[in-house]
Amino acid sequence: METIIDREEDIIEEFSFFDDWMDKYTHLISLGKELEQMIPENKTSENQIKGCQSQVWLNAKLTENGILFEADSDAIITRGMIALLLRVVQGQKPEKIASYEFNFLEKIGLTTHLSPSRANGLVSMVKQIRLYGVAFQGKKK
Amino acid sequence: MKQLNLKHDFPILNQKINGKPLVYLDSAATTQKPQVVIDTMVEYYKSSNSNVHRGVHFLSERATDSFEAVRSSLHRYINTAHEHEIIFTKGTTDSVNLVAHGFRSLLNPGDEILVSELEHHSNLVPWQMLAQVSGAKLTFIPMLQSGELDISMLDSLINAKTKIVAFNHISNALGTVNPVKKIISAAHKAGACVFIDGAQAFPHMAINVQELDVDFYAGSAHKMYGPAGIGLLYGKSEWLEKLPPYQGGGEMIAEVKLKESTYAGLPHKFEAGTPNIEGVIGWGAAIKWIEDIGIENIRMHEDDLLSYARGLLAEIPDVIFYGTAKERAAVISFGIKGSHPYDVGVLLDQMGIAVRTGHHCAQPIMTSLKIPGTVRISLAAYTSKEDIDMFIVALEKTISLLN
Repeated sequence: METIIDREEDIIEEFSFFDDWMDKYTHLISLGKELEQMIPENKTSENQIKGCQSQVWLNAKLTENGILFEADSDAIITRGMIALLLRVVQGQKPEKIASYEFNFLEKIGLTTHLSPSRANGLVSMVKQIRLYGVAFQGKKK
Repeated sequence: MKQLNLKHDFPILNQKINGKPLVYLDSAATTQKPQVVIDTMVEYYKSSNSNVHRGVHFLSERATDSFEAVRSSLHRYINTAHEHEIIFTKGTTDSVNLVAHGFRSLLNPGDEILVSELEHHSNLVPWQMLAQVSGAKLTFIPMLQSGELDISMLDSLINAKTKIVAFNHISNALGTVNPVKKIISAAHKAGACVFIDGAQAFPHMAINVQELDVDFYAGSAHKMYGPAGIGLLYGKSEWLEKLPPYQGGGEMIAEVKLKESTYAGLPHKFEAGTPNIEGVIGWGAAIKWIEDIGIENIRMHEDDLLSYARGLLAEIPDVIFYGTAKERAAVISFGIKGSHPYDVGVLLDQMGIAVRTGHHCAQPIMTSLKIPGTVRISLAAYTSKEDIDMFIVALEKTISLLN
C-alpha cells in the first residue's frame, strides 16, 4: 500500500502543472464537487466541527485496512481541501496519522486554508483526524 | 457624481495582495487609518508619552491635556450636555458590558429587557448574561425579511416592566438604518432606558445624542478611522450616576481605606486603571480628519458608490440581495445563487478583493433569513469607483469559476 509520503508526492506533482491560481482553484473546486457526499445519518452534531465561515463534518472508523474517514462541508472549496487531506490519510494506520502534520499543503501553496483566521473548520478537522489516530492506536479490528 | 479622492491619505491601501492592487471593501469590520492618525500616535510616543491625571511634571501635564482635549472634542462632536458624560472604554463591546453589568443591581426578577433581532452578538450576549443574573426576561423587536425592524408592535412590546431597550443605530450585517427616534420615544413613554449601539453609525453620520434624547450611546474609534482598543460610552449624567462602577482600581477612586473606598465622580468612576492614552489621542486626530472632510460629504460619497455598486450587482443574474430596507448605509450584503459565501470570499481574496463573509457576528439574523451567511461589501470615505469596478470584474470571474 502507498505510504503517506507517496501520496503527498502524487499531490505535489499534480499541483505542479498549474501555472496560476485560477487553474489551482478550478482543480480544487472540481475535487470538492467530486468528493463523495457523506451519509446524511452521519452528519450528526457530534461529528460536526463548527467553523465561523463554513461547517465541516468528520467521521472515522477503524478497519483491518486502517482508519477510514468520511467528511463533508457546506462550502465547495472546503470540500476540495477535505478531498486533499483525506486522500493522504485514508486507510493509513493509526500510528501514522496520530502525529501527521499535512506538510504537503505548504508545497502546493494552500496552507492559508489552515490558518485559524479563516475559521472554516479545517484547523479543527486536522486536529480531529490526529485525535482519531491517537484514539485508535493499540485498538485491534 | 462628484467623488471624494482620499486614497493618498491611507498608506496601507497602496499595496498589492496576491499580486493584485488591494481593494479593501471590509470597512465595517474596521476602517483603515489615515497618515495623520498614524503620525499623531507616533509623535505622542516620541514627545509626550507619560501617564495621565497624575504627576506634577511637564510631560504628564501635556499628555493629560491632549487626552482630555479629545474628550472635549467628542463632547462637541456628538453634542453631549456635559464633557463628563463621555466615558472612554475599550470599544463598543466594552461599553455594552459596562452598562449591562451596572444594571445587575437595578433590575428585579420579572423585569424585561427589549433587544432587537437585528443585533450584533455584542449587543445581545451581554443582555442575555444580565437576564440570567437578574432574573429579568429578554424580549425582542422582530426583524422583517427586508431587514427592517417591525416597529408596528412596539407599543405592545414595551410595557411598565420594560427597563431597558437596546438596539443598533445601523445594522452591521445588512446596513439597515433603524428608526431610532421612534423607538426612543416609545421606550421613554414607558419609562425604559434606551441603549444604542452606534458602532456602524459613527463613521457615516453626524450623531447628536441630545437631539436623539438617547440614554446611552456607544461607539468604537477603529470603525471611524481611529485606532483599535478605544471607544466610548455616552450616558446621560443621571444614568451614569445611578450605575455602580464597573471595574475597580486606580483612577476611579476618591478615597481608599483598607476595607472600603469612595469612588471618583464622572467620568473617572468608570475609567479604572491607566487608559489607552495613545488610542484616545489617535482618535482625536481621526475626528479632526473626519471634520475636515465633513461627515455629510463622506455620507454622500458613500451613498453614491453604494447605489452604483448595487446597480452593477443587480445586473448579475445570480446575485441575491439581503437587506432591502428603505434606509441603508455603507453596506451591501448579498449571496450568489448555489454558492456558499465562504467560497466567494476565498476566490475574491485571490484577486486582491477584501470582503467579509459569514454571519457577521449576527447569527440570529442569518437564522431568520435561513442562510449560512452572506458576502458583505462595506464602504468608507476612501472607497473609489475603481474599487467597485474591480470588485465587480472579480465577482464575475468568481461566479464563472464556481459554476
